[in-house]
Amino acid sequence: MTTTQAAPTTGPTTGPVSSKVPLTPEQLKAFGEEMDAIRQRVLADLGEADAEYIRKVVKYQRGLEVAGRAMFYLPPAWPLAVAALSLSKILDNMEIGHNVMHGQYDWMGDPGLNSRMFDWDTVCPGEQWKYSHNYIHHTFTNILGKDRDIGYGILRMDEDQKWRPYYLGNPVYAFLLMVLFEWGVALHDLEVENIVSGKRKLEDNKPLYPGLMRKIRRQALKDYLLFPALTGPLFPLTFAGNAVANLVRNVWAFNIIFCGHFPAGVETFTEEECRDGEDGQETRGHWYYRQVLGSANISGGPLFHVMSGNLSHQIEHHLFPDLPARRYPEVAEEVKEICQRYGLPYNTGPLHKQVGSVFAKICRLALPGRRTPKATPAAGSDVAAAAA
Amino acid sequence: MSFAGTILRSRAVAALTSPHGVDRYPEQINPMWAANEVRARVLSVHRETGGEHPVATITLQPTSTWRGHRAGQYVQVGVDLPGSRRTTRCFTISSAASLPGETITITVRAQGEARPGQSVSRWLVERAQPGDIVHLSQAEGDFVLEESPATPTNNHLLFLTGGSGITPAMAILRTLLRDGYDGRAGRRVTFLHYARSAEDQIFADELAGIAAADNDVDVVLRHGSVFSEFELRRLVPAYAETDTWACGPGPMLDLVREAYADSTRLRTELFNVASVVPSGAAEGDVAFSRAGRQAANTGATLLEQAEALGLRPTSGCRMGICFSCTATKSSGTVRNVLTGEESSLPDEEVRVCVSAPVGDCVVDL
Repeated sequence: MTTTQAAPTTGPTTGPVSSKVPLTPEQLKAFGEEMDAIRQRVLADLGEADAEYIRKVVKYQRGLEVAGRAMFYLPPAWPLAVAALSLSKILDNMEIGHNVMHGQYDWMGDPGLNSRMFDWDTVCPGEQWKYSHNYIHHTFTNILGKDRDIGYGILRMDEDQKWRPYYLGNPVYAFLLMVLFEWGVALHDLEVENIVSGKRKLEDNKPLYPGLMRKIRRQALKDYLLFPALTGPLFPLTFAGNAVANLVRNVWAFNIIFCGHFPAGVETFTEEECRDGEDGQETRGHWYYRQVLGSANISGGPLFHVMSGNLSHQIEHHLFPDLPARRYPEVAEEVKEICQRYGLPYNTGPLHKQVGSVFAKICRLALPGRRTPKATPAAGSDVAAAAA
Repeated sequence: MSFAGTILRSRAVAALTSPHGVDRYPEQINPMWAANEVRARVLSVHRETGGEHPVATITLQPTSTWRGHRAGQYVQVGVDLPGSRRTTRCFTISSAASLPGETITITVRAQGEARPGQSVSRWLVERAQPGDIVHLSQAEGDFVLEESPATPTNNHLLFLTGGSGITPAMAILRTLLRDGYDGRAGRRVTFLHYARSAEDQIFADELAGIAAADNDVDVVLRHGSVFSEFELRRLVPAYAETDTWACGPGPMLDLVREAYADSTRLRTELFNVASVVPSGAAEGDVAFSRAGRQAANTGATLLEQAEALGLRPTSGCRMGICFSCTATKSSGTVRNVLTGEESSLPDEEVRVCVSAPVGDCVVDL
């Protein structure tokens, strides 16, 4: 390898890496180096502003949580209580929990914001989620057969998942997963689909049960017994309010997360495609490339980004999973510009468009149907060109 | 607070505040409200000595969760250094034994370069202001005045200290004088301290006062000289049969240990200074303390070196993004292979898949 000058349009010395990757190995390497440079720059700049931000979000979350729990004592304020508690759970799970457990704030050395100590307000034990999410999903993003987040073992979310009559229920399963999302996330690590197919043994799950049961017990005790009981005669109202808050969080999280990898135009990969390096391993450039093509953003205002845990910047999150999420909007313009320069699609759109696209896919893939031709990068009809 | 504390530490409140824990809520209103954790507010900072490595005594008001300490113990102090990096170091408590919730002092020498961003001790000595909040552990350590029931309580006590190693001995001496009848230690005490110079003498005024008073305490201060068995024998001929507490830098303690040979009366505490090896070619040894394995540093990442020794530490992405492999590096310097950044903090959490040792390194794997 000689030069690493970013010149995606000039004649390459060798051909493209594969039919799917329009870049030469040199260009792919240069692309990866540009991404590394962004990462390095932000890492060097981490400091008080990031710490202040996350502590402020935590303060809001704790305030909303306490306010929500307290307002259940005033029956007329019930809707407000539910709203406050829902917001608290959304902030806790997304902007705080998801991001803290990614290790985004480990550099602060604050045990309360440390990926190894933090646990979130859902029935899924953070410890188990970190394995399936941080390791499996973020390392093998959108590699069929490796990334269990493609359909979560329940849904058919990609044409290359072989159709079976079971998938006729795709929209029903998706709806159930939406309303029961925290339970889906909790049970995800049991890899039930792999047990059914014989790839995993039931005994393999044994070590997971105690942690899972402990977390479920604690969450249920708090939301469905202790806090309702503390409101005395208002027990049923508080019980219902807590259930609704959990439901609101489930529906919101499901919709944001499904827009991260499932809108039309998002690519999936085979294991063979991810062995582009000379040593038969994936190069860092290809890994970055796969993260861009395997993710989709949601456009919106600053408050929307906070409430989505900045997962609305799924592309930036997948490129830089360990950078504090508040930095994603700030690097997004640059990432977009680089993608444009290399002729790579940068999939983004408003929430309604991305959600619509995901639900259309859920329904379409319920049927065997004719294979839709795979969108080639930069040419997909649903793909907003980087220049847009 | 005791009733409120009992409530806050109850299982019911733990269940209500799960999964974050009760301490994560009151701190949002007042950092001095805690149920289990210990924090402290800086009340005052008093300079003891000047120079390149000045010493200061910091008075701390701990939260009500502080369980008190025995003289000679130390405490872990966590400080949010500039750039919001919380860093924790151990410091001896220099004040007399405390009861739960009581004020304590730590006496600290500013170590490391004259850049406050780099060291807890420098921050405490040069930056700390009354009102600042620091994070504490409970008191730890067994370098304390501990007497077996078989020993008479009025036996002779001997303290041998060097530099800032004076602090635990001072805490014990202060406790003896505070709790003794009529301001006396009530037993013979010999306090032999070595400082580099008169200007470097910590607690100079207080020690002069103690030396002048009729209180059973002999204070012997040596400035510029090193410990010698000859001098000790002249002061305390039966030193090897005298209960002795020695605290100071490594070379001094080596001489003291030599003088005491195999006497069981000697208790020592070492003041560690982390050694930093400049970056360069792979040198030194890498030790994995939990597995009890050690090998010459090959320059590869800690994960690869551990695996080369047949260990199978938890790991995931092997590219620094998933944090599955995070382990505690007890000592030594590591270089982040992604950023080239080097770090020498003891007891630091590192991702072993992207950390390569620079020189000797001990990892808790």
